[in-house]
This record gives sequence, structure tokens and C-alpha cells, in this order.
Amino acid sequence: MRVAGDRISVRVLPRSAVVCVLLLAAAVVVGVFALTTGDYPISVYDVVRTLLGRGSEANEFIVTELRLPRAIAALGVGAALGMAGAVFQSISRNPLGSPDIVGLTVGSATGALLQIIVLGGGPVAVAVGSVVGGILTAVAVYLLAFRTGALGYRLVLVGIGVGAVLESVNSYLLVRSSLTEATAAQFWLTGSLNGRGWEDVRPLVGALVALLPVTFALGRDLRMLEMGDDAARAVGVPVERRRFAALLCGIALTALATATAGPIAFVALVAPQLVRRLTLVTGPNLVPSALMGATLLIVSDFAAQRLLAPTQLPVGVMTAGVGGVYLAWLLTREWRSGRA
Amino acid sequence: MSEDGADPQPYRLRADNLTLAYDNRTVATSLGVIIPDGSFTVVVGPNACGKSTLLRALARMLRPRTGAVYLDGALITSLPSKEVARRLGMLPQTSIAPDGITVADLVARGRYPHQRLLRQWSREDERAATEAMTSTGVDDLADRFVDELSGGQRQRVWLAMALAQQTPILLLDEPTTFLDIAHQVEVLDLCADLHEERRRTLVAVLHDLNHACRYATHLIVMGGGRIVAQGRSEEIVTAELVEDVFGLRCRIITDPEVGTPLVVPAARARRHPEAARVPAAKAQVTA
Repeated sequence: MRVAGDRISVRVLPRSAVVCVLLLAAAVVVGVFALTTGDYPISVYDVVRTLLGRGSEANEFIVTELRLPRAIAALGVGAALGMAGAVFQSISRNPLGSPDIVGLTVGSATGALLQIIVLGGGPVAVAVGSVVGGILTAVAVYLLAFRTGALGYRLVLVGIGVGAVLESVNSYLLVRSSLTEATAAQFWLTGSLNGRGWEDVRPLVGALVALLPVTFALGRDLRMLEMGDDAARAVGVPVERRRFAALLCGIALTALATATAGPIAFVALVAPQLVRRLTLVTGPNLVPSALMGATLLIVSDFAAQRLLAPTQLPVGVMTAGVGGVYLAWLLTREWRSGRA
Repeated sequence: MSEDGADPQPYRLRADNLTLAYDNRTVATSLGVIIPDGSFTVVVGPNACGKSTLLRALARMLRPRTGAVYLDGALITSLPSKEVARRLGMLPQTSIAPDGITVADLVARGRYPHQRLLRQWSREDERAATEAMTSTGVDDLADRFVDELSGGQRQRVWLAMALAQQTPILLLDEPTTFLDIAHQVEVLDLCADLHEERRRTLVAVLHDLNHACRYATHLIVMGGGRIVAQGRSEEIVTAELVEDVFGLRCRIITDPEVGTPLVVPAARARRHPEAARVPAAKAQVTA
């Protein structure tokens, strides 16, 4: 697409654009439906009226105070995870190189558990603990995995190793905790959006507004980096700097998502892969991955609320259930094609 | 060198007193290289003599331990990487074609240094990519996937990507490896055309000394991490040089096709002289 003669031009691939529009539509529609459900059902018509500011006072309270923040949290966390997954998989050139596989989410969990069990911190302290845990884990994995050049398999393998160590730390923490602490911790560990209010959503949205565009701008460099460091350097990509910046964005997005909703499994792994199969475009596919993540999480959260109603499942149970099947399929396929 | 770091010599690309190393392993020392403008320079030498390393240093992919590379008189490391990529292109030895990428998409990626966030695909980009595919003869493969091409086709696609970058200087790291002899000659002929018709300065690392002699207008011979000789192949390639650098006894004859030196390895001393008698006896019978 070219505007202003030849001075401004943007490449838009028709198939990607269609996928993006469809995903966005799906996310919005499911989001509206999610607002209708709960202990007190509200019709779609009333939900839309309320969102437009013309609903009854009761609906106003239920929709905008109780349900909307949760829906926005689902969309935001999903988008962050989807984009972070795309960044990590692109940098490691491996579909398994996503933050939940390479130990980042386990590290976040360790940080959160230390807060819940050892330090007895409140929700804010737990969120901070998970962010710090995730970042420290990322630094450790990066330092251990990084040798000049090849990052791919080393990142995945080292990440899995570091993740396993931290997993045992987490188990130890759980074992030596009291029953109430263990319940709270286990609840956090599953990943849930229950009871998310505006105080959780505001920082999430604020950080996303800053992070998503920055990450998106790095997309063109990531696409070049997928051809190898030398090839990227040959066309003028400042390889080390851009890769580091992209890693920081990916880590920040993952930490943000985990701080808001706990370690939600598999969205980061699955979203970029599904998108690639839909758009048939090589490259990091950052925007469609973010939209796919948002759609996946809002659908999962909707299903988690609806499936065993009135019992509400934590959304992490849903994504882990569906994602686990997908991971098994991906592993067998990669193994057959001799890549993993 | 003058005080402001500017290079007084007129050569667009040159290197001074380079020491090159990977981690703690020194590969080459005190290399001084001048790439004559408009030349087809070929770097040859035995395995592990540092020739690819030299090329990587010229393309600022490896930071030299000592010494410096100058592009248009400026320290190459002081120039923004996109700026360098608009003047100097490089075809690396190992590049990864992303899964499921088409030829046209891969070639288009060579336009990166000419693009910005809001100028992603200008008419100029379109023209350069098409032209690069035409001149390398891959235009009819445009919509094919790179993974399903043969080795020779793939190499031409990578070359097309480097050409789409439209740099006056182009470095090629062993562009003929993994190709059979016909495809090797095809790629080298293509390079010679680019050099003659488009007046591009080419620098290629080649394995085959005879190819080097035939195609180079300027030859750099390396051995043991040093530059042993540079100049026109007719002037520098002698039997002594080849024995000295490659440890190969040989005769130099004149290439009947183009008149450049042709290296003919000496016949080996037979370990079992009696084995040689059999064909000799047969030859006598037919005579």
C-alpha cells in the first residue's frame, strides 16, 4: 500500500490482514458474550447499551465494575503472551522457544511463591515478586545459553533445565508451607482471572500501550534475524542491540502477563504457531500473534466460567488442558521431521 | 592516517594491519588489504588460512583485534550499520531460509537497508528486487518456496537477495561451495557479468585456485593467516607460490580458453610401481 506518491509505503499482506480482522472480531464478540454471563445473566442488548453508557444502574455496576475489568484483563494478558511467544520463538528460531517452555513462567512462580509463603506479602508484593522472578530467570537462562551466534536450541534446552530446577524449588516451598498458604499459592499457580478489578487492569493496559508498539517496531529486525546473524548484519541490522531489545520486550510482556494473571500456560506457545498456519507468512507475525493470544485467552476464560457453572474453573486449567494436547502434537511432529 | 581518523587513500574499501581472532584463537595477523575500485578481487588460500575471516572483517561481521577497516575513508565501525549496508553487501556462507518463504519474499528482504518503518516497499524496492531476480535468472521461480529448490537455484536466490541490496561493493563468501562444476561456473560467470556490466566491485572467497585465476582481476593469496601475494594472477601465480602456500607440487600452464594461469597438480609418486605396469602393458598392445 503506498500513500503520498512514493514517500510512505506500508506492506500489508492481504491474508494476514484478513486473519487479523477475523481474530479481532472474534475477540470482541466473545468479550461481549463474556460480559453477559455470570450469576446474574444480562442480555447482549443490555450489555451493549451499558457499554455505551445508557444502561440501568445495576447493570452498570455488574458490567463495568465486575465483568469488564476481567474481560479486558483476559484480552490484555492474552495479547501480551501471544506477542511475547512470537518474539521468543523468532529469536530462538524454534517453536518450542516460548517463555512458558524456557522457564520464565516457572521463575515468575518462584518469585510469587517466595512472596506468598516466605515473606507473606499482599497481592501487589506477589505481582512484584513474580516480575522479579521472571526477569532473574530470563537473565540466568540468557547468560547460560548465550554463546556467540547460536541461541536456538541452547536457549530451549537451558531454559527447560533451569525451569526444572525452579520447579523443584517451587515444590519445596509448597511442601514447607502451611495449608492456607499452600491453597493460596496453588490458586495463584494455576493462573486465574477471577476477581480482577480496575486496579489490576490499569497498570496492565498502561504497560501494554508502551510495550506493544515498541515490540512491533522491532518486528522487521526480527524477521531479518531469522535468516542468521551474518545475513541480518549484511543487510544492516545492528544484530546484538536489536536482539537484546527484543528479548527485553518479550521478557517484560511475559512478566506483565504473569503478574496480572499468574502463570497461564501455553498461550505464548500456541498463539504464534496457530497464526503461522493461518497466515502462511514466515516471520514473527507479531500483531496477529497478539490478537490470537487475546482471542485464545478470552475464549478460554469464557469457557472456564461457563463449562462447570456455577463452579468457576481458573482459566489456567483450560489453557493447560487444551495446550497440553497441542504441545504433544507439536513435539511428535517436530520429532518426525527430525528437528527436535 | 591523518589525525581525524580519515583515510587519505582513495580506495573505497581497504584494511590496515588487521589481527583477526575468534575468542582467543588468533586466525590472521598483520593483514593489509586494498580492494581496487571496480575490481573482481578473489581471495584464495588453503583451508583455515583465514580467508573467510578476512572477508567477514571487511564486512564488519567480525571486529578486528587490532587494525581497522575503512569504507570510503571512514572507519567502517563508525558508520551506522544501515549506511554501510547501502554501500557494501555480503553473501554470507551460512544463511537460513525461513520455513515456507518464497523466492520473491527472500529477495525482497535484501531491500531492508533502503527501507524505513513508514517506507516499507517503494517502487524503487520493487524494481530492484525484480531486476535482481532477472539478472540471476530466478524470476520464473518467484513464487516457489526456497526449501524446495536445488542447491544451485538456492545459491542464485541468495545472490539475488544480495543484488537487490544494490550496493556498489559486494562481498561473496565461497559462493560456489556445494555446487557441481557446471553450477560453479554459472555462478562465477554471473559474477563476472555483474562486474563487467554493472561496474560493481566484487570480492569473493573461492576454494578453487583455477577458478580464482580465471575470474579475478585482482588476486589475494593467503596462507597461514598472512597475505602471501596480491596482484594480477598472471604476475603472481607460480609453481613456487603454489607449493609454498598449498604444499602442492604442480606445473603452471596457460589456460587454453582465456590465457590465465592454470594449475596442474604433479602426478603422485606411486607407492606400488608394479600397479602402474598393467595399463602400460595394455597401451603397448594397442600401439
